[in-house]
Amino acid sequence: MSLTREQMAMRVARELEDGYYVNLGIGMPTLVANYVPEGMEVMLQSENGILGMGPYPTEAELDADMINAGKETVTTIAGAAVFSSAASFEMIRGGHVDLTVLGAFEVDVNGDIASWMVPGKLIKGMGGAMDLVAAARNIIVMMTHADKHGNSKLLNSCTLPLTGSGCIHKVLTDLAYLEIENGAFILKERAPGISVEEIIAKTEGKLIVPDHVPEMTFA
Amino acid sequence: MAGFDKVVHSYEEALAGLTDGMSMAVGGFGLCGIPENLIAQVKKMGTRDLTVFSNNCGVDGFGLGLLLQDKQISRIYASYVGENKEFERQMLEGELEVILTPQGTLAEKMRAGGAGIPAFYTATGYGTPIAEGKETREFNGRHYVLEEAINADFSLVKAWKADRYGNAIYRHTAQNFNPMAATCGKICVMEVEEIVEPGELDPAQIQTPGIYVNRLIQGTFEKRIEKRTVRQG
Repeated sequence: MSLTREQMAMRVARELEDGYYVNLGIGMPTLVANYVPEGMEVMLQSENGILGMGPYPTEAELDADMINAGKETVTTIAGAAVFSSAASFEMIRGGHVDLTVLGAFEVDVNGDIASWMVPGKLIKGMGGAMDLVAAARNIIVMMTHADKHGNSKLLNSCTLPLTGSGCIHKVLTDLAYLEIENGAFILKERAPGISVEEIIAKTEGKLIVPDHVPEMTFA
Repeated sequence: MAGFDKVVHSYEEALAGLTDGMSMAVGGFGLCGIPENLIAQVKKMGTRDLTVFSNNCGVDGFGLGLLLQDKQISRIYASYVGENKEFERQMLEGELEVILTPQGTLAEKMRAGGAGIPAFYTATGYGTPIAEGKETREFNGRHYVLEEAINADFSLVKAWKADRYGNAIYRHTAQNFNPMAATCGKICVMEVEEIVEPGELDPAQIQTPGIYVNRLIQGTFEKRIEKRTVRQG
């Protein structure tokens, strides 16, 4: 079975380390916050200007002046800091954020990522995605392995306009966890019950399959 | 009172001199921390052919979305748009020129403009459509794109409290683009929830020093919420 969104978030959460400052992209990446391991402290960065983002507010806590980068009302945790958008991107662009998790339409063997624009469809903008991918050293792309028509999203060369070039090294899909090295995807782990053959069939970009590909674990 | 007193008493006075064809740097992120009354005044004035620098463009009928109704904006530099139908329509019809700008680059362009830095190199956007036609340069093996600063005719910003001299503090994430927008306009107009006397705010807590602020006005704010998300508790 391919992974559920929750299982994908659980697998990404394994990459967290105690004391990490983490930026989670809008959509599926936000689920990772639900699986921070017990006893581990992680500080969530939101690019409009929060370090230490907390859960949604209760009705009583609701405050129009406290939102996240997805424009949702949120809270801050004890020990949080709030700052300007310039300061926020200074910490992002300066490489101070430990881990960034974001979605994508396509990733290729050169570490290029396309995630913001489909020609012919309405273009809403890149928001902070180009800043995040250009600067972070540790990025995990979290996306489905193939699009809804069955086309592979792991390519030899991205077909859509890029968000960043040569910046992606880790990809988690609903079928596998892969790393990008020397112009190829390396199959590191497969989702439980998913065969190596299925992953090969659904990966268009050059794929290196080690002799042993372990099944993914979540804890 | 003269000297450093920046207080004006009407929105007409606050935006006097804003005329057709001018540019405005506008603070806010989504609908959070936007100078909503100043924007409403621009609508009332009917100023046209405006160039706007702002992270977003409001929603239908609120924030900068108000200025789309009578096509007052000709050009906008923003990182994320399309939360409003009228924006989509004008963009697709070619009535509105949209220059999509990465969020960090937009913030830095405003900051640079206010700091007298004409341009800066950033890795953001290298190898993407954003870098097309721009100078690039390699430093220590990494590629960077040259981005030019933003200097606007007017800055429209919103803070929480300011003293009469324009020394201002922001509330929570309503800070966002406001401090940078405040610095990059020839005339900075700031609206606040409360004006206090000089000395009432702790000088060490000031986020926008009064030197940047030309006109200060106290307003009342709707503070509309764009995405109301709550938990049971």
